[in-house]
Amino acid sequence: MNFDLSEEQRLLKDSVERLMLDSYSFGDRRKYQTEKRGFSEAMWARYAELGLLALPFAEEHGGFGGGAVETMIVMEAFGKALILEPYFATVVLAGGLLRLGASEAQKAELIPLIAEGRTKLAFAYAEPQSRYDLVDVETRAKRDGDGWILNGSKDLVLHGDAADKIIVSARTAGDTRENDGVGLFLVDADAPGLTRRGYPTQDGLRAADITLERVRVETANVIGDPAGAFPVISRVADEAVAALCAEAVGSFTQMQAITLDYLKTREQFGKKIGSFQVLQHRAVDMFVDLEQSRSMAIYAAIMAVESDASERERAVSAAKVQIGRSAKAIGQQSIQLHGGIGMTMEHSVGHYFKHVTMLDTLFGDAEHHLRRLAALGGLSGDQRME
Amino acid sequence: MDLAFTKEERAFREEVRQFLRDNVLPEIRRKLAEGRKLAKDEIAAGARILNKRGVPTWPKEYGGAGWTLVQQYIFEEEVRAFPAQLTFGMGESLVGPVIYTFGSEVQKKYYLPRIANAEDWWCQGFSEPGAGSDLASLKTRAVRNGDRYVVDGQKIWTSGAQYADWIFCLVRTDPDVKKQQGISFLLIDLKTPGVTVRPIRLIDGDHVVNEVFFDSVRVPIENLVGEENKGWGYAKYLLGNERFGDAGVGISKERIRLAKELAERACVRGARLIDQTAFREKVAAVEVQLKALEITQLRVVASASKQQKGTQDPASSILKLRGSEVEQASAELLMDAAGPYALRDLSQEEREGRNEPPVGAYGAARSAPTYFYSRAASIYSGSSEIQKNIIAKAILGL
Ligand SMILES: Cc1cc2nc3c(=O)[nH]c(=O)nc-3n(C[C@H](O)[C@H](O)[C@H](O)COP(=O)(O)OP(=O)(O)OC[C@H]3O[C@@H](n4cnc5c(N)ncnc54)[C@H](O)[C@@H]3O)c2cc1C
Repeated sequence: MNFDLSEEQRLLKDSVERLMLDSYSFGDRRKYQTEKRGFSEAMWARYAELGLLALPFAEEHGGFGGGAVETMIVMEAFGKALILEPYFATVVLAGGLLRLGASEAQKAELIPLIAEGRTKLAFAYAEPQSRYDLVDVETRAKRDGDGWILNGSKDLVLHGDAADKIIVSARTAGDTRENDGVGLFLVDADAPGLTRRGYPTQDGLRAADITLERVRVETANVIGDPAGAFPVISRVADEAVAALCAEAVGSFTQMQAITLDYLKTREQFGKKIGSFQVLQHRAVDMFVDLEQSRSMAIYAAIMAVESDASERERAVSAAKVQIGRSAKAIGQQSIQLHGGIGMTMEHSVGHYFKHVTMLDTLFGDAEHHLRRLAALGGLSGDQRME
Repeated sequence: MDLAFTKEERAFREEVRQFLRDNVLPEIRRKLAEGRKLAKDEIAAGARILNKRGVPTWPKEYGGAGWTLVQQYIFEEEVRAFPAQLTFGMGESLVGPVIYTFGSEVQKKYYLPRIANAEDWWCQGFSEPGAGSDLASLKTRAVRNGDRYVVDGQKIWTSGAQYADWIFCLVRTDPDVKKQQGISFLLIDLKTPGVTVRPIRLIDGDHVVNEVFFDSVRVPIENLVGEENKGWGYAKYLLGNERFGDAGVGISKERIRLAKELAERACVRGARLIDQTAFREKVAAVEVQLKALEITQLRVVASASKQQKGTQDPASSILKLRGSEVEQASAELLMDAAGPYALRDLSQEEREGRNEPPVGAYGAARSAPTYFYSRAASIYSGSSEIQKNIIAKAILGL
């Protein structure tokens, strides 16, 4: 057993934390948010320079060959700083689909573009009716000569308005909610027939709703088997959940630190409020949640690459349950212990609270994952089946 | 023992319903039903209508309707169900009772009718940056100078100051005595030179609270309520009304209703979310808490007429404490029902009148801000920790 980082992993952690410390204060973030796309292009370039955009890709495609632990390190640092850039959308989601589903030719073309920071991607999976169900796909792709024609609506596409290319899940066969018959299609954001409506998300990031009306996709831009992409989607979703867990732990860490600091400085009744026992116990509860979450984020990172789908899904769902519950517990307490100031846009703690609340809703909230875990027989498996 | 209202009370309810049908403007009703906010003049117009027969919560002699607490309770329920807007804010609910209980005859004659007719909008200037839970440590100074007080200092978290005409303030008039004994209760016209109101945006994106700065603000001594340096007592009376009155039952009911409505439309693997056992159990659990709260409130209301003057049913002390918890639990139900659709922030588009999403999506998009704002319920008018401290000491004798 070993929970230590390797030398290289420590270097990675130091360099990304250093970058955040130097260039991502709460004030910096506020400035970046007012930029045209709602995040900092300059920071995006810095991520490219540092190799963060190349991190999870294979070396032969210009990547660094990092695994889930490396992604965890980066996402945790990003969660601490509450970054606005589309790293999750481009590198984790779309990058994951390419890594696990694309042909050699596609990887050779696209991964260097991502790694160098020249192309941003998004993954359009959700639909108005789909809620948390990734296989609930009504968007249709129909054969048309040597290509495909896409029709449908995609909702809540993270950073969909900043993406140059969008990977769309669409049904080539089968009924809604059938595992077979889902394909992945790479579409240019300015393709004829594609319209986007961008908007801010509740935590100050960006997303878009996308309509596809007779959008044509060449065969070369189909990722993997046009009727058999669901296993890839579900693996990427599990990796994505692990990444979100790490991001949340970064945010929790920061919320806990900010709150602790406040307890040690704010005075009422002539005393530091941290001297009131009821608040001390609350701070301890937050600490317990933080450490339990950290453990589950590590568990998710290690299990996210597990090839046995059922093992992987159980572990990832378990982690997301912990993270969702802790997002509520830590989020609510950190506001409460700040009193009025915690409720304001001026103070950072409320922004963390909003972000972790949204992390809970991405790729399934705690309730959703609890149901999935229970349906799979819980973490120890269904006794009757063994 | 009987949970049903008496025949007279039921007749009163019918009468209120008829009154609302006859008087409330249809556009106000529609706006409220759609969960939209009213403009200040709409609220004022609405208050004038509802106060036609006197301010519901005030005694007759001061321009009130002179209703019993049970009648007030029924009135509030009907107003919420209709829906019509509830009151003209802190004038009616907070400062009015202080003025008719502790104010001079001149003050009663001048201020009370103006509140009842919705001419003056009031806000509450109690909290300061350094004086939140420890309210008595407030520092805003009022120095007597002839027939004036000169006020210097700062208030914060002042709800509605951007609309208000007047602010009722706690100010320090004697810095040399025990902190509770040097405080006075002063009424200040916000148009007086030297007053500055600055907005604070909250995490739900809304502008509710403000900072209010006083820079050599000259206030006539006639604006002092009661006696100088006795303000803490009046404030305690006011806070008692604020903290022990409102359990927010109506707010929680409305949130639960909305959550169920969203869940009826929400689809999980082809089935409706509302049909899922886990979701139903969660809703039911909050409904249990809410029912217990509602009956507790009814017990308090029913016993009020039998209490000795100046005393309160001890159970009344749990209403705000528990009420804020249930409000928060019902806001969490909204988040559960909205799921991923809570992610969109459409407030900008709404403000600009550009949004045309279906009702369901609109409701879903309001879920997150409602959840975020609900966290304030256990902070304002005395945080839950402070409520518990007070109850432990005053009620349980610990
Ligand atoms: C939305 C909103 C609207 C408001 N509207 C108004 C208004 O109109 N007018 C007005 O005057 N004020 C208003 N307030 C202010 C409100 O009353 C204060 O925020 C509240 O009293 C808490 O004070 P504080 O914010 O300074 O927090 P603090 O008092 O600094 O409290 C910080 C934390 O310490 C805890 N704490 C403090 N003392 C103790 C103790 N002895 N034991 C245990 N825990 C303790 C608190 O419970 C809290 O968790 C509003 C606040 C909000 C959020």
